[in-house]
Amino acid sequence: MTEKAESSGYKGEVLNALRKAGCEVGDIIRVTAGGKSYEGILIPRSESGDTAHIVVKLKSGYNIGIRIKPDVKIERIGKGAKPMFASPLLPEQKPELPKAIILSTGGTIASRVDYRSGAVRSALSASDLYGVVPELADVARVETEIVFSLYSENLTQQHWSQLAQKVAEHIAQGADGVIIAHGTDTMAYTAAALSFALQNLPVPVILVGAQRSSDRPSSDAATNLIAAVQAATKAPFAEVAIAMHETVSDTSIAITRGTKVRKCHTSRRDTFKPVNATPLARVNNGEVIMLTDEYQKRDATKKLILKPDFSEAVALVKFYPGLDPAVIDWHVEKGCKGILLEGTGLGHVSKYCFDAIRNAVNRGVVVALASQCIWGRVNMNVYDTGRDLLNLGVIPLDDMFPETALVKLMWVLGQTSDAAEAKKLLKINIAGEFSPRTMLDKFGVEGEEADGN
Amino acid sequence: MAIDYAKIGLKVGLEIHQQLNTQAKLFCSCPPALFKEEPEITFLRRLRPTQSELGQVDPAAFFEFQKGVRILYEANRATSCLVEMDEEPPHPLNMEAVEVVLTAALMMNMQPIDEVHVMRKTVIDGSNTTGFQRTCIIASDGWIKVGEKTIPMQAASLEEDAARKTGEEDGGKTIRYRIDRLGIPLIEVATAPVIYSPAEAQEVALAIGRILRDTGKVMRGLGTIRQDLNVSIPNGALMEIKGVQELELIAKVVEYEVQRQLGLLQVKEELNNRGVKAEDLRQEFVDVSAVFQRTKCKVIRKALDKGQMVLAVRLPKFGGVLKRELMPGFRVGTELSDRARFWGRVGGIFHTDEMPNYGITAEEVEALRKAVGAGVDDAVVFVADTAENVHDALKAVVERAQEAIAGVPAETRTAKEDGTTRYMRPRPGAARMYPETDIPPVLLTAELVEKIRASLPEPAEKKVARLMKEYSLNEKLAKQVVDSGYATLLETIVKASSVSATTVAAFLTETLKALKRDGVQIENVADEQVLEIFRAVGAGELAKEAVADVFAWLSKHEGKSLNDAVESLGLRPLSKKELEVIVDRVVAENKRSIEGLGNKAFGLLMGAVMKEVRGKADPDLVARLLKQRLR
Ligand SMILES: [Zn+2]
Repeated sequence: MTEKAESSGYKGEVLNALRKAGCEVGDIIRVTAGGKSYEGILIPRSESGDTAHIVVKLKSGYNIGIRIKPDVKIERIGKGAKPMFASPLLPEQKPELPKAIILSTGGTIASRVDYRSGAVRSALSASDLYGVVPELADVARVETEIVFSLYSENLTQQHWSQLAQKVAEHIAQGADGVIIAHGTDTMAYTAAALSFALQNLPVPVILVGAQRSSDRPSSDAATNLIAAVQAATKAPFAEVAIAMHETVSDTSIAITRGTKVRKCHTSRRDTFKPVNATPLARVNNGEVIMLTDEYQKRDATKKLILKPDFSEAVALVKFYPGLDPAVIDWHVEKGCKGILLEGTGLGHVSKYCFDAIRNAVNRGVVVALASQCIWGRVNMNVYDTGRDLLNLGVIPLDDMFPETALVKLMWVLGQTSDAAEAKKLLKINIAGEFSPRTMLDKFGVEGEEADGN
Repeated sequence: MAIDYAKIGLKVGLEIHQQLNTQAKLFCSCPPALFKEEPEITFLRRLRPTQSELGQVDPAAFFEFQKGVRILYEANRATSCLVEMDEEPPHPLNMEAVEVVLTAALMMNMQPIDEVHVMRKTVIDGSNTTGFQRTCIIASDGWIKVGEKTIPMQAASLEEDAARKTGEEDGGKTIRYRIDRLGIPLIEVATAPVIYSPAEAQEVALAIGRILRDTGKVMRGLGTIRQDLNVSIPNGALMEIKGVQELELIAKVVEYEVQRQLGLLQVKEELNNRGVKAEDLRQEFVDVSAVFQRTKCKVIRKALDKGQMVLAVRLPKFGGVLKRELMPGFRVGTELSDRARFWGRVGGIFHTDEMPNYGITAEEVEALRKAVGAGVDDAVVFVADTAENVHDALKAVVERAQEAIAGVPAETRTAKEDGTTRYMRPRPGAARMYPETDIPPVLLTAELVEKIRASLPEPAEKKVARLMKEYSLNEKLAKQVVDSGYATLLETIVKASSVSATTVAAFLTETLKALKRDGVQIENVADEQVLEIFRAVGAGELAKEAVADVFAWLSKHEGKSLNDAVESLGLRPLSKKELEVIVDRVVAENKRSIEGLGNKAFGLLMGAVMKEVRGKADPDLVARLLKQRLR
């Protein structure tokens, strides 16, 4: 989350009226309008609020908006106290516990509320975190570092690179596991990116977030975080994965491989679903239970291979009935080096796009294809259209779903600028992004049991 | 014993909550309805107390969290969506509900708020899936007239109702809540603490209830209205009493609470006279399982067989105090027991003031006293359960006993059906509120307020006068109808059927009251069904004498129709032909006995026929047929 300079949010005449009365946010004020007066603390105005009202927190705890008209009298009757967010003392670190590093990229995995003013503040330092989630002290020796303070939609390839380097530094310094707190919207993209950038990992790298903000008692943040730290420090695998609720219950947290996981629901806690895969593991009551034998093993002696470069000259083009092929031409004109086509069904794009695709390939652009079905595998040999696309030089990306495929294309073109080399690299299984067998796993969110007990 | 409440200095404030009968819930489009069947969906959650900088973590909630208490929510598809499950952000505030509250607020002479901000009030007992209740003030600072007195009204708020508790499992470690009720709009109105007697409290509640019903948009029936009371007396404590469901109970609840506080003040004096100090009460617990190795006490036997233990604590100089009655069936020992139940999740406690009893012998009591070193003036409290639970229970018992030395502890209590109250939880600190940022503020524009002001429901006195004039009701009946909240239904029925207003009014007031007294769940019968019943009466398809029976039958058979009731009760009215056959038969059978009786014969025969056809035939018709035969 971007930390803006503290602003009252008041503008125009209302701001003038407040200034004239000598009132600042946090002050205790009295507002008299039409013979009725209200007393309370002056609260900042939301940026999206109109410019005609001031917000006062009454003694009862309620906020109300009062319309400021010329005949309204504002008085300051008490000086405000700034919300105090003193950090609690760090609990005693248990030397026998593993060392976990929590990197934060933004959002609030933990936060605290000042009920006096209603302000919410994120808790990011280790001591804040222990204060809010004291259970962590029994799981690991936690260190924290704020890498970015950004909403996840503002993270780009450059941030992935920096993050990968940061993870590598901490692993070099002996972390037994790395946890990355991340906004959920683009968490799967970052997970895929780190999966390609951090190869031959000695320890796990676990991304974690929350679908319900951490200022509410029902937040999934703490449960997810505790499970992430447990997985990062105890799990036998050493891969990049996401730790989030497996169901709508608070009982089990699914740990899913970074290249095979996708946000599939706008709001549910169990939004992250494995795509063409099952979860790697499940954390239940503090136990990490592996759900597959196919994983890269944890081994502190392994030497991490860091490949943090990503190309920015890559585009995603989703085919839909009526797509104007000029979109493809435009990307090529703009210097795009790779295009991921999001085709229909088994891997199709209409014939009227063929000229544009041929032109792109001829100009050295790597054109690959994944299916907009999300679940399943592309097979471009079944229908004429698929075979024609293969002949044009389009690379089918098997059971990779579009977002991971896109990130891989960015990463591949970050490693090489040679199209032939890139095509070869695209087809190599780097981080479990391909699976040779498609199994009868659940797909989608529906069909999952809500019942988690 | 008559108590002079004015002299005592009793102060009562009322907080009345009533469900609104809106199309949809407050923050989603689900219908405001409950379900009785098995849940289709269940899910488990834990609520984590969010830490406030002022350290205002609710002590009870934090305790439960530490004990690993989990909540098992129950839902079905008909009554809940992802919003109630806290799996989707709330939708914008339901404006229909805002308008109902605004209507009631204007009737109570309140000032609308310019811009309404929805707040989150932290509640982490599990009754809200989010861990907070969403609430907002719609208007404030008004008054109502009750008799000659003006009662200041503090505020009218709109909030979401909570989930309802349906049970507990694993010795209180899993609490079950059903989320059907969660999100039903509630209006909350609060008076200032200016009520000085139990009777007055009830009168004010009645007056507020009437205004709420006059909006025509509140739900009726058990569980749809909840009155909370704030009761205090000087030297006692401010007690928050939650969930009085019946209006008629308010006076009694206040009376009992005053009795209880006065009783506790006497206990305090007694203990002070005995010279007991808080520090004399120690949390020194003794494992007395050995004392009960061969006990005949079923509760203890069962616990010991399960490998649990009996733990005891000595309360010095408390002998005889625990059996002192504070309210009917409620002793000082009950105060301790309630705390033990809440904090220790145990079924209850035993204490020496009630011994020997429950299969516990005098010898066992003697051995128990010896084991804890109790003298004759001391009381001993003991509990059988798991080691964790008995420790928590006795800790709570000692704390409550210490409070008895100081007087009356401030508590949140819950009202029982008999008017007594029980410990619910410690009084929460200041309401822990912060803004609900998922819901944009709502402007109450001058246009909206004026629109509502222009169409306010008719005030009670005017309505009484109108009912008298338009429907020729007498004043008493008209008042009763208005008080009952059935005025609108009365008018609908009278307009839609040819039944006389007096008949309908008598049913909606006296008959319903009598049925309720007899235990009929009157809220189970929908207004539409009552209308249907009277339509049938008006059309001659149902005898007016059968209305109460049909109503009672429908209340016991939810989902069944009027036809089902008539069929099942054998109330299908007789055709004229069938009636003629019966009349002829009765006349023939009694030919001998009526000879020479003259006019008296009619009365005798009428009685005999009606005995057979009551509820199935109109008495006027019977009389007519009979007169024809006798002519
Ligand atoms: Zn809903």
